[in-house]
Amino acid sequence: MEERTRILDQYGAKVYKNRKEHLVQIENPPGGQRIAANSRAVPGIMTNRGCCYAGCKGVVLGPLKDVAIITHGPIGCGFYSWATRRNKAIPGPDGKNFLEYCLSTDLQESDIVFGGEKKLRQAVREVVDIFHPKCIMICSTCPVGLIGDDIQAVAEWAGKEFSIKCLAFSCEGYKGVSQSAGHHIANNGLMKYVIGSGDAPPAKRFSVNILGEYNIGGDEWEIARILKRVGYEIVSTFTGDGSYEKIKNAHTASLNLVQCHRSINYIAEMMKDKYGIDWIKVNFIGLGAVCKSLRDMAKYFDDEDLTARTEAVIADELSQIEDDVDHYRKKLKGKTAAIFVGGSRSHHYQNLLADFDVHTVIAGYEFAHRDDYEGRRVIPTIKVDSDSRNIEELHLAPDEKHYRLVVSRERFEKLKSEIPLEDYDGMMRDMNNGTMVIDDFNHFETLELLRLFKPDFFFSGIKDKYVIQKTGVVSRQMHSYDYSGPYAGFRGAVNFARDITMALYVPVWGLVTPPWKMEPMLEGKLSEPEPKEEVSKNA
Amino acid sequence: MRQVAIYGKGGIGKSTTTQNLNAGLAEMGKHIMIVGCDPKADSTRLILGGLAQRTVLDTLREEGEDVDLDYVMKAGYAGIKCVESGGPEPGVGCAGRGIITSIGLLERLGAYTPDLDYVFYDVLGDVVCGGFAMPIREGKAREIYIVASGEMMALYAANNISKGIRKYAMTGGVRLGGIICNSRKVDGEADLVEAFAKELGTQMIHFIPRDNMVQRAEINKKTVIEYAPESDQAAVYRELAKKIDGNDMFVVPKPLKQERLEQILMDHGMMDIA
Repeated sequence: MEERTRILDQYGAKVYKNRKEHLVQIENPPGGQRIAANSRAVPGIMTNRGCCYAGCKGVVLGPLKDVAIITHGPIGCGFYSWATRRNKAIPGPDGKNFLEYCLSTDLQESDIVFGGEKKLRQAVREVVDIFHPKCIMICSTCPVGLIGDDIQAVAEWAGKEFSIKCLAFSCEGYKGVSQSAGHHIANNGLMKYVIGSGDAPPAKRFSVNILGEYNIGGDEWEIARILKRVGYEIVSTFTGDGSYEKIKNAHTASLNLVQCHRSINYIAEMMKDKYGIDWIKVNFIGLGAVCKSLRDMAKYFDDEDLTARTEAVIADELSQIEDDVDHYRKKLKGKTAAIFVGGSRSHHYQNLLADFDVHTVIAGYEFAHRDDYEGRRVIPTIKVDSDSRNIEELHLAPDEKHYRLVVSRERFEKLKSEIPLEDYDGMMRDMNNGTMVIDDFNHFETLELLRLFKPDFFFSGIKDKYVIQKTGVVSRQMHSYDYSGPYAGFRGAVNFARDITMALYVPVWGLVTPPWKMEPMLEGKLSEPEPKEEVSKNA
Repeated sequence: MRQVAIYGKGGIGKSTTTQNLNAGLAEMGKHIMIVGCDPKADSTRLILGGLAQRTVLDTLREEGEDVDLDYVMKAGYAGIKCVESGGPEPGVGCAGRGIITSIGLLERLGAYTPDLDYVFYDVLGDVVCGGFAMPIREGKAREIYIVASGEMMALYAANNISKGIRKYAMTGGVRLGGIICNSRKVDGEADLVEAFAKELGTQMIHFIPRDNMVQRAEINKKTVIEYAPESDQAAVYRELAKKIDGNDMFVVPKPLKQERLEQILMDHGMMDIA
């Protein structure tokens, strides 16, 4: 518990009281330790968190390639959420891909005073004229919430006026305590208005949706490649390389695969209630994890051919990368890592790192909830506070036409003990004695962690990348993969190992001594003060 | 230059009182500018003989930042300069932000010339948000008059406005100059308002009796002073102008607790009803 204490002891009483609940040092045996999460950050603490709009538009809706997303607000929010997550996509059959565009109403002062609805209608009209999208999504930013533009009414108008699907998301940045609120709002909107509005059934027997996979650096493509090899049909992906056209039909799939638990578990739950579709927690990051996920899926469908194909694909894929894995494992063995990313990914990447004998010593999230850390078993004990109550909670009844169960409830119960069926054990149980888990980490803690643990790698995002790098530690951005990737699946694992090996063995940041550590940056000379006898006499 | 803000419950007669008061001050030879801070833009109708053609915000919206002061400022009765801030139609946008924008623009355009003796801000209703407090922030109006009557809701609003004034008085220099009683012919009205003002720590600076002449003048788009200069009501407004011009009682108001406010109502006028 030494490192935890050494960090916390530097805080003042008030901050200490808050932060001590968010820092956990794992004790053996793992499990049972509690962490505070999804609560307000201490003002001024330089948290790495994002806002509700970032979670809604930036994370969940942003990757939908055939949806024209209009950011309703002043231009900054639209600009800074423009292509920053590196969600890749190739156009579907309709040839549409709007990902490289940033559409915004660019509200000005007079729009704030007189209301922005007129400008929003104009923006929708222009988007329809120029891009002819089948679906438009409007995401509002802070000032829109303050002046009360009725974006829902505009969406309804646009739907009728242009015979398109138009959705409005009131995801003003100030809602909730982090991006997490935005995930929930996006989930609700997709569930209410998109999922179930199509009717194309899957062609293959074993069909799945991939939930919470955003195709950063092409991850989804690698996952899809493997699943297709095994023989699965991917009905839709939420939302990496995903499309409105496909998620309309999501309700026709047989099983939901939940990759990022935090950002998408709402849809998984709601689809279970409304359509009866079971979900399992999967992880396609890390070789052992991919194999396990594929086997869990095969167990769910319980088909001899499918199981055989699963094993064959696993064996073949592993044999193809065997030499590379051995090579990089030798290079990376015994190194240590810190990781802060996503709402499951800090957990996922620990598997991948372990494949190469890299030991994760620090892990945490910006916006996760307690269930992401401690497992879903704690959900009934999580207190609803005024921040979480702000976000609408949908309770859906079974759909009369589409509700169906793929496996019998007896088998469901039996499967529950074998595979992570509607369950997630959380990250902390998989972490070792003495490792640190930190919720809503900040820049001060980042520097302290670097000092105390001296990890070889620190995986995080753009907000702290250069802070880390300047200390000489390898920093990799896990929100953009620093323009590399994919890191998922079998081939992605090798890419990842190659990138971090490269960074480790070319330690430029550690070798460079900045000039201000060698010589003074300011020059000056001491001189005798001017005689000021009069002044000193008076004084 | 004395900058004065007029507040009061909606419909109490702020605009009518302000314009008649200004007509009185103008007669005394004072140079005045009225800044209407109500999205309805009807604060200068009686001085201009009709609604202002262009509001600051409409002009800003149409012309961009390049606004010509002469375009939005019009001289009316006795040379009184009139500006209407304007604002969004009811139910949309942000009127409060509009007032902030508009006053900021007037400053940049040099509307506050040194020859002015008075600048009056006629502000909509209650101090509902930061925007409506703009005229009493640092560097703007330093004195405030609240228009009220002996009706309970008018006094309730006046008390509430005093809370806003108190807040800004603590950080800036704004002070309450008094309560102007615009009579609704409530029983014992003058005594009641007088007692209420005293309790706030201020004064009832003037009592304006109810007179149909005001209504007649309004229909003719004129102040009483212009429409019927010889009438008794014109004399009343001239008296108000004189009192305000000579006023030297400026206080930080002490808003009443709800119970105390009700008690005063019980003690005065409402006694018979109770």
